[in-house]
Amino acid sequence: MNVDLGKVDKLIDKYRDEEAAYIPLLQDINSEFRYLPRDALKRVSQKMEVPLSHLFRLATFYKSFSLVPRGEHEIQVCMGTACHVRGAPRVLNKITQQFQIYPGETTADQKFTVETVNCVGACALGPLVVFDGKYFGHLNLSRTDKLLEGYHEENKKSS
Amino acid sequence: MKKIKSPAELEKLRETLVSQNNTDKPWVTICCGTGCSASGALDVVSSFEKAIKEKNLDIDITTKVTGCHGFCEQGPLVVINPGNIFYCKVKYEDVEEIIKETLLEKKLIDRLLYVDPLSQEKVKTEDEVTFYKKQLRLLLGNNGMIDPTDLYDYLGIGGYGALNKVLQEMTPRQVIEEIKNSGLRGRGGAGFPTGIKWESSYKAEGDLKYVICNADEGDPGCFQDRSILEGNPHSVLEGMIIGAYAVDSGQGYIYVRNEYPLAVKNFSTAIEKARDYGLLGENILGSSFSFDVKICRGGGAFVCGESSALIASIEGKAGEPRDKYIHATEKGLHDKPTVLNNVKTWATVPLIIEKSAEWFSNIGTEKSKGTMIFSLTGKVNNTGLVEVPMGITLKELVFEIGGGIPGGKNIKAVQTGGPSGGCIPEKLLDLPLDYEKLIEAGSMMGSGGMIVMDENTCVVDLARYFLSFTQDESCGKCIPCREGGKQMLSILNNITQGKGQEKDLDLIREIASVMKDGSLCALGTMAPNPVLTTLQYFPDEYLAHIRDKKCPAGVCQALIEYFIDQEACNGCGRCLKVCPSEAITGHKEEPHELDQDKCIKCGACTEVCRHEAILVK
Ligand SMILES: Cc1cc2nc3c(=O)[nH]c(=O)nc-3n(C[C@H](O)[C@H](O)[C@H](O)COP(=O)(O)O)c2cc1C
Ligand code: FES
Repeated sequence: MNVDLGKVDKLIDKYRDEEAAYIPLLQDINSEFRYLPRDALKRVSQKMEVPLSHLFRLATFYKSFSLVPRGEHEIQVCMGTACHVRGAPRVLNKITQQFQIYPGETTADQKFTVETVNCVGACALGPLVVFDGKYFGHLNLSRTDKLLEGYHEENKKSS
Repeated sequence: MKKIKSPAELEKLRETLVSQNNTDKPWVTICCGTGCSASGALDVVSSFEKAIKEKNLDIDITTKVTGCHGFCEQGPLVVINPGNIFYCKVKYEDVEEIIKETLLEKKLIDRLLYVDPLSQEKVKTEDEVTFYKKQLRLLLGNNGMIDPTDLYDYLGIGGYGALNKVLQEMTPRQVIEEIKNSGLRGRGGAGFPTGIKWESSYKAEGDLKYVICNADEGDPGCFQDRSILEGNPHSVLEGMIIGAYAVDSGQGYIYVRNEYPLAVKNFSTAIEKARDYGLLGENILGSSFSFDVKICRGGGAFVCGESSALIASIEGKAGEPRDKYIHATEKGLHDKPTVLNNVKTWATVPLIIEKSAEWFSNIGTEKSKGTMIFSLTGKVNNTGLVEVPMGITLKELVFEIGGGIPGGKNIKAVQTGGPSGGCIPEKLLDLPLDYEKLIEAGSMMGSGGMIVMDENTCVVDLARYFLSFTQDESCGKCIPCREGGKQMLSILNNITQGKGQEKDLDLIREIASVMKDGSLCALGTMAPNPVLTTLQYFPDEYLAHIRDKKCPAGVCQALIEYFIDQEACNGCGRCLKVCPSEAITGHKEEPHELDQDKCIKCGACTEVCRHEAILVK
């Protein structure tokens, strides 16, 4: 995959003058490309004069970074305590079965990434799923089915 | 917009704001915290805006979008003033009626009133809702009064008055004494006395010092810090400025979880506004004191909530803790003296300065002062954020504020303190909640997570859940935590799958003692707590899993079987339709059968059955 290094440079310039601002820089790169492309990390390493190994260490330590491209749509299943006791594991099972991937993985067509998150601050609505930033609460198996169906349909239309 | 150059100018501005607020003009607050937004509060806001714009109303109505009120269960929440009228579960379509009936004709809309789950009576005002009545909402209360993005709102309720007082009347020493006298202890978990922490940083040598706000909130079932940052960011900022003044720090940081975009946004706005008005930055309110704050977004690692790991993360490193023979108050961020406190701790500071240490120390118990915010969840009628004076009993919290257990079920235990805490059984429900009492019971205050369990919650499963969380979040630097957690989890997995042996329980205790003694940080030393407390209070439930291969609560998948109650089933066919593995068969209007060999135990049938005919054993 070709990476637009111009974009990377722009982000680097933002943090040039700050001391050791690698984490916010990688966060920006990660949200720009939906992952941390290898070439981008190399560029950061050169320009910020920091060993590539340090960047990889950060990239693998923190959960918010990904070294593989993530899907267009993000499905986050809340596995927080409140959601757990109200049956979140079943919802997660349903979703991972439907997409045939494990949590943290992306579907082969690069459309969906499924991941688990901890409490998203809406425990009263649990179990819940955050679909592209939108909350869907009080899920059970049939409501989960409906939610996924809707997105599949939309997806078919758009592609 | 001009910089305020002296405390007197700030007072003058406040007086104008307060007099403007003192009108009888009706105002409506709409809770747009995460919970209410998820239930459609933003639609309610737009509906109000639309109606006010289009309808040419002959009254002037102000709407206020506020942060979380705490009662997320009943959201979206709308409060109408004057009158404190409380409407819950409000929808887009209701707004027109609210304006017409309640605001214009001063009539209540019955359907939108809250019904008390115990007395079944309708409640008219927010103050009368039992969920709120027993609370003491020092920190959370203002969330419902102000628009978090509006500095004037915060000033209007007395905001930055404490900063003003500090700059005008108090020396740094006096501020520290006041905080010490108040008895305030850290709200991030361990409960270290805040004044003493400040004092050691004050005494430490160094021309550069830092203050940090810990907003990493990693407990998987907590959102109180988030809701303060989203709903009342200036209160935290004011606390930090006062703390910086006390220890003579020029630079502060706030470390916020990256998953909290709204908190980051609202806090950034607060910082900008405060800078514009001269409350932050060079020469605050015309004094010689300068201080500024930067936001750091966390990278999503629970261990970064630990103080030394958090500091490493701000320094651009991987967030691994270090041994704490040197305190951060002497050598913290960039090896400079650093004060690190939790969001709630900072937000409490202005209150103490404003109202005095004596006032504060009258709230709570002998050694735990003030209020604590719990996120009350699990099998309880009223879930949400509750702020109560320290020393309240668990029973009051669960049964009075929480409104008891749904579905007439029995309470089994309450897990407090999140993944580092423990499980407190029903027989100890009279336990007063303070730092010491919780530790005596084997748990801890932690971040204030509180999960109520009923007979259908499996304690082994919950312990396994917390341990899998801490195990997954272990940074791996020290062996007791990294390997101990892993082995203990595999034992628990075996037990929940019916492959456990009785001697496993001794092994668990042995591993736990090594983890407690040998781990580098509290992530490892506290991780065994949920397991040890459940083992202590519910040994029979573990034995049922091991000896009888049964999960009495009906949770652990490998140990349960689904049955159809032939008496109760009327053959409606709902379960048959949803079963993904065709395990259910039967003719219409005749009791159905369930084939154990085909059943994958997904539970879909229990969800749709309307006759309680699906049994779990
Ligand atoms: C694994 C671990 C996670 C922690 N997470 C948090 C957290 O999310 N928020 C917090 O304020 N303190 C957290 N703490 C406690 C901090 O280390 C520290 O004690 C606290 O922030 C100090 O502030 P206080 O004195 O105001 O409580 C955590 C500690 C450990 C060991
Ligand atoms: S646990 Fe899922 S939102 Fe809090």
